[in-house]
Amino acid sequence: MGRRAFIKNTSLASGGLVLGFSILNSCKPEQAKEMVVREMPKEWFEMNSYLKIGDNGVVTIYTPNPEFGQNIRTSMPMLVAEELDVDWKNVLVEQAPYHADKYGFQFTGGSRGISARWEPLRMAGATARQMLIAAAAETWQVPKEEITAEAGVLQHAATKKSAGYGEMASVAATLTVPEEVQLKEVKDFKLISRSQKNVDAKSIVTGRPLFGMDIQEEGMLIAMIEHPPAFGLTLKSVDGEAAKAMPGIKDVVTIKSFKDGYEKGGFDTNAFPELVAIVGNSTWEVMQAKKKLKVEWQPITAYSETIAGFGGKQTINIPAGLESTTTHKSQMEALAAKPGKVVRKDGNPEVAFENATTILERSYSAPFLAHNNMEPLNAFAHVAGDKAKIAAPIQIPPLIIPTIASSLGIPKENIEMDLPRMGGGFGRKAYAHFVVEAALISQKVNAPIKLVYSREDDMTNGIYRPTYHATYRAAFDENNNLTALHVKAGGVPESPLFANRFPAGAIDNYMAEEWTIDSNISIGAFRAPRSNFMAGAEQAFLDEVAETTGKDAIQFRLDLLKRAKENPVGERNDYDADRYAGVLELVREKSAWKENDATKHRGVSAYFCHNSYAAHVLDLKMENGKPVVEKVVCAIDCGVVVNPDAATNMAEGAITDGVGNAFYGELTFEGGVPQKNNFHQYQMIRMKEAPKEIDVHFVQNEIDPTGMGEPPFPPVFGAVANALYKATGQRHYQQPFNKSREIVG
Amino acid sequence: MAIFNLNINGSEHSVDVDSNTPMLWVLRDHFKLVGTKYGCGIAQCGACTVHLGDNAVRSCQLPVSAVGEQKITTIEGLSEHGDHPVQKAWLEIDVPQCGYCQAGQIMSASALLKRNPNPSDEEIESAMNGNICRCGTYTRIKKAIKTAASSENV
Repeated sequence: MGRRAFIKNTSLASGGLVLGFSILNSCKPEQAKEMVVREMPKEWFEMNSYLKIGDNGVVTIYTPNPEFGQNIRTSMPMLVAEELDVDWKNVLVEQAPYHADKYGFQFTGGSRGISARWEPLRMAGATARQMLIAAAAETWQVPKEEITAEAGVLQHAATKKSAGYGEMASVAATLTVPEEVQLKEVKDFKLISRSQKNVDAKSIVTGRPLFGMDIQEEGMLIAMIEHPPAFGLTLKSVDGEAAKAMPGIKDVVTIKSFKDGYEKGGFDTNAFPELVAIVGNSTWEVMQAKKKLKVEWQPITAYSETIAGFGGKQTINIPAGLESTTTHKSQMEALAAKPGKVVRKDGNPEVAFENATTILERSYSAPFLAHNNMEPLNAFAHVAGDKAKIAAPIQIPPLIIPTIASSLGIPKENIEMDLPRMGGGFGRKAYAHFVVEAALISQKVNAPIKLVYSREDDMTNGIYRPTYHATYRAAFDENNNLTALHVKAGGVPESPLFANRFPAGAIDNYMAEEWTIDSNISIGAFRAPRSNFMAGAEQAFLDEVAETTGKDAIQFRLDLLKRAKENPVGERNDYDADRYAGVLELVREKSAWKENDATKHRGVSAYFCHNSYAAHVLDLKMENGKPVVEKVVCAIDCGVVVNPDAATNMAEGAITDGVGNAFYGELTFEGGVPQKNNFHQYQMIRMKEAPKEIDVHFVQNEIDPTGMGEPPFPPVFGAVANALYKATGQRHYQQPFNKSREIVG
Repeated sequence: MAIFNLNINGSEHSVDVDSNTPMLWVLRDHFKLVGTKYGCGIAQCGACTVHLGDNAVRSCQLPVSAVGEQKITTIEGLSEHGDHPVQKAWLEIDVPQCGYCQAGQIMSASALLKRNPNPSDEEIESAMNGNICRCGTYTRIKKAIKTAASSENV
């Protein structure tokens, strides 16, 4: 298949470094040390913005997306190297800075990384390979069709001519980029689908500076912020004199994150746009002086604003007042009892429920969650005149650039941004208000600064996973056949509903409703947004429905999927019933699932999100009231798996994350104040509670890669709930499950 | 402010700071040894774990004035070439995801194996329970500790 090349030859000259500047210079010696073995090239030749080839055949690949632990700094360069056809041990990986023209949409989130880069990065490798072949053809005066290019070597069999890529790179870099290139067939892959080690592992295990938090620059000061103690409050006044008198303190300033009238984007979420900042020589000194700040806060007034998000413009209402979890609960229960907004209706659910012999109704809820990345929020900024140098450990650099430019009052083009590794992201670092704050502080104090959030600042600053509620109802006829299904879901402040997902499409009479409650507590994406609640509720409810019908839990789901495939109800169903069934069948086989297995307390759960399918079978036992997850068997269909061991690692992490949040994750509020501010209060899953064994399997197919970071996470909640029922004899409906009296821990 | 002479990773260093300053910030801000991470500041997450003598301690709760003559080892000084058996096992199992907690995990694990070269699962879980990994790499961490324990020269 021929594909149009989109790659621009960014530089015809040799030796040009793609990076404008790199704050994390200190990362390079590690690579340089490795290079001693391979010898550093004397000269580099840039083939396109994603790769350059050294005269000795060493290749540097610029990986475009920010990394927060999915190992895309390994898997993305693998895509380039596959089509370039170069020996992986001759590849060096460099992080590309933010640069929209060279690197496209640098967005790590929504499990879109690999799928969005699947074709462009292979094109980058394939076009460079074509240019090397053309250079050899020109040099040797032979037809290019007769030249092979494999593992970094160009050969012409008839004349027995041979050259390394490095020898042809100087000529190749001057050639026109081909319009069409042939990409490899899946069966011809030599690198993709073969596990490669994390390119950063050595730096990680030896403590090299990699993260935003590790940045050290000449003359750099440390800044911290003081934000309102409660949602619903804003800054009134500050007296910074006592703080300024503390050792090592340079200044106390106030900042305002948005220019008046600025039209915010969907990722500009920020509950506290007016802040106090304190700046000094060292982190400990600033932490001490911060306690001496005398700040007065005042209530916010209610307001509405229009946000330009991915899905177009949207108006949101922010109420005044100090909110509490008890109030949220009664508000949610009240709305759950009223009719909601009908989003989808198939058949005649009202009549089906009227005619039902039995009706099963269950309500599920889950609390707000904090992301709690291990690396607290931070950013480096050096604003000088109308120029800004920034190092931002963030997930979506392109979407914060306009805000930084507006808030600083400088042109967008004058912002240079490096993308250091993030110590976790999970959606939180898609909301880069802290980068705007760092830039404004640097501008105000006229010095390079690193803004560091304390753990307490990080946990209490907002952008949480919302609290949700869902009520499911199922109607059965006299033979216990399922005749109708009704879901009504809502949350504070967003609804978690996906009206067109399974089991929609598999049931003749179906209705989906939703409702929302406005809030001034800021929320945002958290690993598999909305799915991370709906999967648990839906899959726990289907388990009870299966039990009512007397069918095996897996067979019941497969029967519904068969119906959805052969005779789907409605036309908007957004899942592929075959792939859905595929993961259930694979997990059934790999877990040696048996009907009515009395030897184990097993729960099954399956879900579709981010274009991928995941199913888990989870074995749980109770030991002195404590749940012990003995084993989780997982099956995933995410298309072609680029780096299987890394994908397995991510699935293991998603499962552990899910078990932890199902049992322990919770943030509550009183008078607008988050009731937890550090890990002595916020229980995180630790090694003792982690699954003892995780067994991950992938469906083998040749489908272009779909999402991987998020899909294995949501179904964990259902698998936990269903296994917990088997282990305790009780169904659990309210997360976190450790709130239940019978569960210790 | 006072001057403290410290033995860090086998060499002498001196620093002029407030005597309450935690070693975490002395290491990170003053000696630029940023492998030791800030995670919580209250000894709840283990990201800041270093060795004081042979023991794993949370450097966020270790005031510089309490160190005295005791030797401090950070992740940067655990081995000269990144080839401590625990580091090698971490590479073999390819443990890290985001990587932020891993230096602390490795420092806890290497101290465990020094005092108990063949720990049981329960002993591993107890020794490592103070180290949070938000990415959830616990199963790999446990596997890597067992791999390191089965290798020689721990």
